[in-house]
Amino acid sequence: MDFTLGQFLHELWIARAPIVQGLGVTIVAAALAIVTGSILGVGVGLALTYGAKPLRWMTRAYTDFIRGTPVLVLVLASYYILGAAGVQLSPFQAGVLALAVFCSSHVGEIVRGALQAIPVGQIEAAKAIGLTFSQTFLYILLPQAIRQVLPTWVNTAAEMVKASTLLSIIGVGDLLLASQEVISRTFMSLPFYFFAGFLYFTANFAIEHFGRYVERKTKIPS
Amino acid sequence: MDYVLNFSVVWRSFDHLLGGLGLSLLLALGSILIGMAIGLVVSFALISPVAIARNLAGAYVTVTRNTPLLVLVLFTYFALPDLGVRLGDIESFVATLAIYSGGYLAEVFRAGMLSVPKGLSEAGQAIGLTRMQIRFSIIMPIMFRNVLPALGSTVISLFKDTSLAAAIAVPELTYQARKINVESFRVVETWIIASLLYVCTCAVLAMLFRRVERHLAIPR
Repeated sequence: MDFTLGQFLHELWIARAPIVQGLGVTIVAAALAIVTGSILGVGVGLALTYGAKPLRWMTRAYTDFIRGTPVLVLVLASYYILGAAGVQLSPFQAGVLALAVFCSSHVGEIVRGALQAIPVGQIEAAKAIGLTFSQTFLYILLPQAIRQVLPTWVNTAAEMVKASTLLSIIGVGDLLLASQEVISRTFMSLPFYFFAGFLYFTANFAIEHFGRYVERKTKIPS
Repeated sequence: MDYVLNFSVVWRSFDHLLGGLGLSLLLALGSILIGMAIGLVVSFALISPVAIARNLAGAYVTVTRNTPLLVLVLFTYFALPDLGVRLGDIESFVATLAIYSGGYLAEVFRAGMLSVPKGLSEAGQAIGLTRMQIRFSIIMPIMFRNVLPALGSTVISLFKDTSLAAAIAVPELTYQARKINVESFRVVETWIIASLLYVCTCAVLAMLFRRVERHLAIPR
């Protein structure tokens, strides 16, 4: 270690533009993956709980396969396979797709767990007073499921921010790749990895605390 | 799509993939053993009456849970040598994964220990056991059974996390698959086979854990 804090701050100032841009890419990638993954995941959760048997088997196979595969393999496979299939996606698009698929399987399981935790008696009661299934879902199941899912879902968001670092391996210029590029120019690996880690930590720490806050707020008083 | 599936190239290098899978399993095994030891010590600190121990352990858990594993892996491999800590690539990866999983396991063990009814340790006190005896012969055996499901899912995700070792060129499964992919251009086949190997191993691990759980279940 033959550099001082002043030198690090100086290099950080020079590299401010790529680092801020990398941070932006990380945020956009994670946000896109969470939004698309969650919308897909609600569908997966519904299919897992109320789908007809063949549909249920198919979604079960989908979630088990995705959950059994490392995210890095999903990212690499999405990048290379779609290219071979003739779908020309940028590394960013392929990476976000992989993250969204990963997110959908997790959200799917969370949603399934929440829906199954609702006592069957409530569905029967809804039937008894003549509600249709979509009414039952909208007025009885969904509000309770959201309350159950919200804290875990916020944690999934933190998980996605962490997973977004894997996009750097296929060349997406996220915060990690931007830091690596600065390191390859300055050779200051210790402070810049530390700095990148600190930024990720702060983001995830904030998200995690927000999750706990949501958990406290939505708790049904007993 | 004018891509014709041809698995023969991948089959020819299948022993490389299997070797990679073996190394992945070894990496996971090494890090889970060290990680469990770390997790156990940290979990005792988490529920200790000493505030400093509690805060330090809490900080450790928060940092490991909120920093991306890839950043930790690269940090240990590329940045620690600047501090004079030089490790081989495998050692460096196992150390990182052990420290990372230690944070998750500490939480698992803490929850497990809190789930052991208080009456049991009171009963231990009543028959004159020391605090250490209560911990090791009453709380821990029950705690381990209680946490088996959570431990199982941590082991499985740890096994999947070994894929990140490819980033520092440890020749485990993902690294081998990437190599075959680059050399043969049999993109689809390579990744299908590699993911199937991961999925099947995860399924086998899950089955093994369920079996151990059933075997150790406390009869009621």
